Amino acid sequence: MVTSEDFGKFETAWCPGCGNFAILDAVKAALVACDLAPHQVLLVSGIGQSSKLPHYLRCNCFNVIHGRALPAATGAKLANSTLPVIAVGGDGDGYAEGGNHFLHALRRNIGITYLVHDNQVFALTKGQASPTSDTGFHTGTTPWGLPLPPFNPVAIAVEMNVSLVARGYAGEKEHLAGLIAEGIRTPGFALIDILQPCVTFNKVNTYRWYRERCYKLDQSHNAADRDAALAKAREWGDHIPIGILYRGNRPAYETLVPGLKAGPLVARTLDPRAIAPLLPRFEAGTVAAS
Amino acid sequence: MDVTFKVAGEAGQGLQTIGEILAHAFARAGRHLFAHQDYMSRVRGGHNFFQVRVADVPVCASRRDVNVLVALSDQAIVEHRSEVVEGGAIIYDGERRKVTCSGRECFSVPLQRLAEEVGSRVMMNSVAVGAVWGLFRADFRFLEEELTEHFRDKGADVISANAKAGRAGYEFALKNYQGACCYPFEPLTGRRLVLKGNEALALGALAAGCRFMSAYPMTPSTSITEFIAAEAERFNLVMEQAEDEIAAINLALGAAFAGVRSLVATSGGGFCLMVEALGLAGATETPIVIINGQRPGPSTGLPTRTAQGDLLFVLHASQGDFPRVVLAPGDAEEAFYLAAKAFNIAERYQLPVILLSDQHLADSYVTLEPFDLSRVTIDRGLTLSAEEGDRLGGNYKRHLLTDSGVSPRAFPGLGRALVVTAGDEHDEEGHLIEDGATRNQQMDKRMRKLEVLRAEMAGPKTFGDASAAVALFSWGSTLGAVREAVELLNGRGQPVRGVHLSELWPFPREKVSEALSGAKQVIGVEANYGGQGARLLRMETGVACTGSIRKYDGRCFTPDEIVEGLGKAVR
Repeated sequence: MVTSEDFGKFETAWCPGCGNFAILDAVKAALVACDLAPHQVLLVSGIGQSSKLPHYLRCNCFNVIHGRALPAATGAKLANSTLPVIAVGGDGDGYAEGGNHFLHALRRNIGITYLVHDNQVFALTKGQASPTSDTGFHTGTTPWGLPLPPFNPVAIAVEMNVSLVARGYAGEKEHLAGLIAEGIRTPGFALIDILQPCVTFNKVNTYRWYRERCYKLDQSHNAADRDAALAKAREWGDHIPIGILYRGNRPAYETLVPGLKAGPLVARTLDPRAIAPLLPRFEAGTVAAS
Repeated sequence: MDVTFKVAGEAGQGLQTIGEILAHAFARAGRHLFAHQDYMSRVRGGHNFFQVRVADVPVCASRRDVNVLVALSDQAIVEHRSEVVEGGAIIYDGERRKVTCSGRECFSVPLQRLAEEVGSRVMMNSVAVGAVWGLFRADFRFLEEELTEHFRDKGADVISANAKAGRAGYEFALKNYQGACCYPFEPLTGRRLVLKGNEALALGALAAGCRFMSAYPMTPSTSITEFIAAEAERFNLVMEQAEDEIAAINLALGAAFAGVRSLVATSGGGFCLMVEALGLAGATETPIVIINGQRPGPSTGLPTRTAQGDLLFVLHASQGDFPRVVLAPGDAEEAFYLAAKAFNIAERYQLPVILLSDQHLADSYVTLEPFDLSRVTIDRGLTLSAEEGDRLGGNYKRHLLTDSGVSPRAFPGLGRALVVTAGDEHDEEGHLIEDGATRNQQMDKRMRKLEVLRAEMAGPKTFGDASAAVALFSWGSTLGAVREAVELLNGRGQPVRGVHLSELWPFPREKVSEALSGAKQVIGVEANYGGQGARLLRMETGVACTGSIRKYDGRCFTPDEIVEGLGKAVR
């Protein structure tokens, strides 16, 4: 029986009041709910305050460079396809620096649970606009007010028919833990975009701002209906739906890869003589003596 | 016998098919060969050639002189006519070409008409192959067997039609060519391989137990990627086509972290994109093998040509200091064994290993003795036993400080040990730190690995007159051309020694210094503008090259050029 205590307690580098604390609690609760002990899960993260999360609980951790959590996590999943893999990062890490990888992770529908701490701002570099910042957002790099619309990760994920698309809110910890657990249990790619107040650098999208807008999706939403999901994914502004937006119906990528039919790559025995059958192809033929 | 064929024409005309069939037919007849390809960055048209040198003894470079030119286009005649030696031949279709070819060497063969007579113009290439064979009055059996082999997958009708076309060309040449030379060919006894550098690299990687590869297509390395992909099901391996080279290397690092021998293959431009993650491999001590098939830069440069311009780049790429290994195979045989060695070094020392190849090595065919698979061993280095892992659990230290700098590896999910690492500076457990003392400990630990490793680097290959005052210093794919140049020079009474290095970093200082000791003049031979190998030599040994033979036109060295170049390079 796995308990929350198994994951330990660590000192963090986060600001007091940061949404990350609730997300960390939710990750632990989700692992407990899925009965995954620390050694039974791999967390892969990029760079940013959110990407430090795997260092703050006992687990296997590959903390890579900015924006590259998804390809590294994909490689690990393809190497050991039975290992639950969770990728963690922020909106800058995943949607800016790693944007291309995000698109292709959706396309692959690889069996990874991707947690994006979406605080709509670059925090570790002390407050610049991010791909999900709202139009008009004033920061050090957009003193004139950001003229661009926010990137909509959940709509794109729905459009790509990935296995699970959800939106969580750090202020609703138990609800979020449920979403993360559902992501871990779902084969294929699960995007959990987590609305996370940044108490230091985002004075617009505050706890209060989210609390006034977020509402939980109920039974009336049919997550299997892609059009309905897309409509919910587009909802932003005065009302922001949280919960499972969409459940796709594509197989997980790792089940489609021919080289994995024989089981996880990590289980292969290696023998140089295995190439012997390839060599005749390169041998100069001989001619029977006449 | 030492004869060079050049098949030249437009992309899409099948000159590679002609070249390959001829090369294999000669190999079947017990001859050694070396073949290089020169092609443009386009799918159809333009001007390409495939050059095959056939000899009684092993050969390892292309020569400048051409004995037989098979000209499939007007431009082929115009461009290469002057390369054909006295007594050589130009085979061309006089009924089709607009350029007149009127010298003694010109031999018009109605390729298209003969092909149409036996069935279809599609078989023009087999007519051409037959005509070359007829020029040498060689036994047709060798060619017939090769045509049968080449078209095996296409069925009996195609085989027989092409054999007929080949015979038509053959008989036309026998009947009409006056200056034919006659080589009695005997069937090859024993086994011999015909393969190109990229095939050798891919085979070496597979032999070494590479079971994960990721790549974004890029000339000249794409054929490695396709080779590995084609074997995915036989070896139960994964070849993942990445969305870009940044993804490619990070995918491979993820797989390597999880415990699988992993490879990426690219060229300089793709390597540029991999540079940040190269540092990640260094910081997290994650083993990975990176093939950089060089082509001329800067930028997209000459996309389908050859160069050795990335040496100092791969050696210094990425911020900060971390240990890495650079191996530059000299030929296809070295490519096979060094690819295998690369995976062992990567895992034993837990660092990135760069295999520095180039288009010349990648695409050149050569005959080789069969690989000795008993020479390939798989050594995965220091790993934590399952019992030890279970005992340690959360107390396992991925970056444990050790005398050798190497910490036992464990893999996530394969035991109870928790494997933690980060590209940020970290402590022994892999968690983030910012204090100076721990930083120094981890830097020192990582860099310690280099000194042990240096002893494992093979010294240079030396050839020619070991006491000669003039030494040629070279590295990588110039091996064949330099070796033959040294033989030519010594053969004509000009004493020269060749000192050729394939295992470049960590630089085997003592071994190289020893090989160059007593040399009054050291001439650096390399395919780049700035003399990067010469600069490395001076940096590591203090030995300054007194002269250089360099080229950066994207074409491979011939022994002839080196012999000529030496005249200008020596004082």
